[in-house]
Amino acid sequence: MQKAIAGLFLHGPWNLAITVVTLAFLAWIAIPIIRWAILDGVWTAGPQACAAENAGACWAFIGAKLRFILFAFYPPDQQWRPALVLAGLVLLLTLSAIPCFWSVRLAGVWFFAFIAIWILMAGTLGLPRVSTNQWGGLPITLAVSIAALVLAFPLALVMALARQSKMGIIRTLAVGYIELLRAVPMIAVLYIAMLILPMALPGGSMLDKLLRAQIGVTSFASAYLAEIIRAGLQAVPHGQDEAAAALGLTRIHTLRLIVLPQALRAVIPAIVNLSVGILLNTSLLAVIGIYDLLNAARASATDPQWLGFYTEAYIFSAVVYFAISFLASRYSLWLEGFLKTSQHRP
Amino acid sequence: MFARAVSWIGPFPFRQAGLLLGVIAIFWFLGNNTLSTMERAGLTPGFSFLSQRANFEIGESVIAYAAGDSYGRAILAGIANTAKVAALGCLLATLLGVALGVARLSGNPLLSRLVQAYVEILRGTPLLLQLFLWSSLFQHFPAPRNASSLFESIFVSNRGVFVPSFGFDGLPATLWIPGFALVLLGGWTIARKMFFGTTQYGLKMTALLLALFVASILALKLTGFTPTTEIPAKGGFNIRGGLSLSPEFAALLIGLVVNASATIAEIVRSGIQSVRAGQWEAARALGMKPGQIMRLIVFPQALRVIMPLMTSSYLDLTKNSSLAVAIGFPDIVSVANTTANTTGQVLEAIALIMAVYLGINLAVSAFMNVYNRKIALKGALVR
Repeated sequence: MQKAIAGLFLHGPWNLAITVVTLAFLAWIAIPIIRWAILDGVWTAGPQACAAENAGACWAFIGAKLRFILFAFYPPDQQWRPALVLAGLVLLLTLSAIPCFWSVRLAGVWFFAFIAIWILMAGTLGLPRVSTNQWGGLPITLAVSIAALVLAFPLALVMALARQSKMGIIRTLAVGYIELLRAVPMIAVLYIAMLILPMALPGGSMLDKLLRAQIGVTSFASAYLAEIIRAGLQAVPHGQDEAAAALGLTRIHTLRLIVLPQALRAVIPAIVNLSVGILLNTSLLAVIGIYDLLNAARASATDPQWLGFYTEAYIFSAVVYFAISFLASRYSLWLEGFLKTSQHRP
Repeated sequence: MFARAVSWIGPFPFRQAGLLLGVIAIFWFLGNNTLSTMERAGLTPGFSFLSQRANFEIGESVIAYAAGDSYGRAILAGIANTAKVAALGCLLATLLGVALGVARLSGNPLLSRLVQAYVEILRGTPLLLQLFLWSSLFQHFPAPRNASSLFESIFVSNRGVFVPSFGFDGLPATLWIPGFALVLLGGWTIARKMFFGTTQYGLKMTALLLALFVASILALKLTGFTPTTEIPAKGGFNIRGGLSLSPEFAALLIGLVVNASATIAEIVRSGIQSVRAGQWEAARALGMKPGQIMRLIVFPQALRVIMPLMTSSYLDLTKNSSLAVAIGFPDIVSVANTTANTTGQVLEAIALIMAVYLGINLAVSAFMNVYNRKIALKGALVR
């Protein structure tokens, strides 16, 4: 405590000046925000109270539209289904975050989880059908981002290996794929998936809109993931390959048993960071008309009864996004430390 | 020559050629389908539509454009708008980001924590959300009549930001921007000199840029352009005169700058921290002053870490400017999108978008490669 105070006020006049200026700035920024959000905020009342002359933030609006922001146009009487999906996703994510559960089996669990999510959301096996056009909100944001990462993984692995390969044509194809996707904005990739893909597929075969968006997000993610995996591959010393060759292991075995485990382990924190990036980028689905969390929040402010509370809607969804990415970034820091210490164990 | 080609192809040349053929076949198949779909829709593939009249307005553009000009000109206006927001964005994001990065490293825990919170919040929320929030904030700003003003010359209202303009008749009114950037750069350099006693190099650079700027203004004046200055003023229902930044442009620019500055702050911090403490100690043992150490020892080494990362955050900012389409600023994506909607030439419009961003990427990375080679380690000890 004393040290903290010393850090703020001692160490010469410059430090004191910086403290004072920073405090003044903080007050200048924070006081209006606190007044707007808390002191003048309307917590429980109808739209009339929010429309009053000097009313601040209308949090009652969030309360009234919470269902819509979280689940968008999913039929209200069926909303236990997306809620269940959400709970399941959170549970699975939590379990996957614990290193002692890491194995190839986990990929299988996720695979079946996605089938279960599809059945639950779309409604086969006796549940009433719900078209993907009605899906939306937080479950879609989470499911699309996670599925993008999971599906991108094999593609990215192949691309990263191809980029390192001694075979010129294969290397060039991989470089072309990765660099092209990394050079263009995600909107362009989404446009291709949404608009050109249906034209390019034979005879008017119509892919589902959400599926097309998933293809776009996945291919975008795979290019970035490929570069991360390549970095991991480069971090494995050549001596490891040589030692494996000396033991008589084949190329495939060397890769599977020696190189990949080390390479992937080295880039796990980077992959966690990329996942946050994908989650945040998934908000671009709003541009192509899919009701993910951001778009649902935006649409909630177009309700004639509660018209125009955009700022509150955005702040609420920002809090949700921030909570997820903050947890993930703290986890990534912890993981970095964990992997470093566990590496030195005999 | 032949041996080189063989060693480039490497093992399994025939299987590789087969794979290449397979990829080509897939693209040929997809392309054929696209062509027949377009034919069914009554569209002729190709870029001839670019010379047709475009009957839509573009809210604002750097180059002259009016409804009725060709689609090609509309696309050019979109490209110019993207270039404008990207160039200004990179410049301002660098200034803000470097300042924040240094503030993060300052010994003052309050300042350092504040910057940390800023960085975490901005990197933990989607950029699109931030842009929506900025543009929704602009709608909450007062009407022009009650616009808040700074020195009665900069006005902020829900119709946009109004700043004094300085320019030449017949030339775009954004010419004051390099001057403004130079003033910021100069201020920053002088501040650094006061606080750290460093940056002879920075002073020289600033002086050089300033001389260039003054010289170009003089050259313009001598070649017959009349300089004009205009200070905006409240008049009736709007603010007149000066240079106005539309709410869309201002929201996009602020959003991109604030977002990128968080990344740049982290890059600057990690760059400076990547220089090992031993370097500071060794330099101190040689009797160098802190300012000298920063300038001669730490900064050049940090720059090697910083520059490639800065390049990619500039490219990110440029790519992110494509989100303009969501908040109504007519950048290349937005104009190409409108073009695709009115002509139906979706394939060509998206190809144009891709070509523009690929071009920017290639140009920037070519330039940065030259620069990187200049600052790279030289000599036999290179690993």
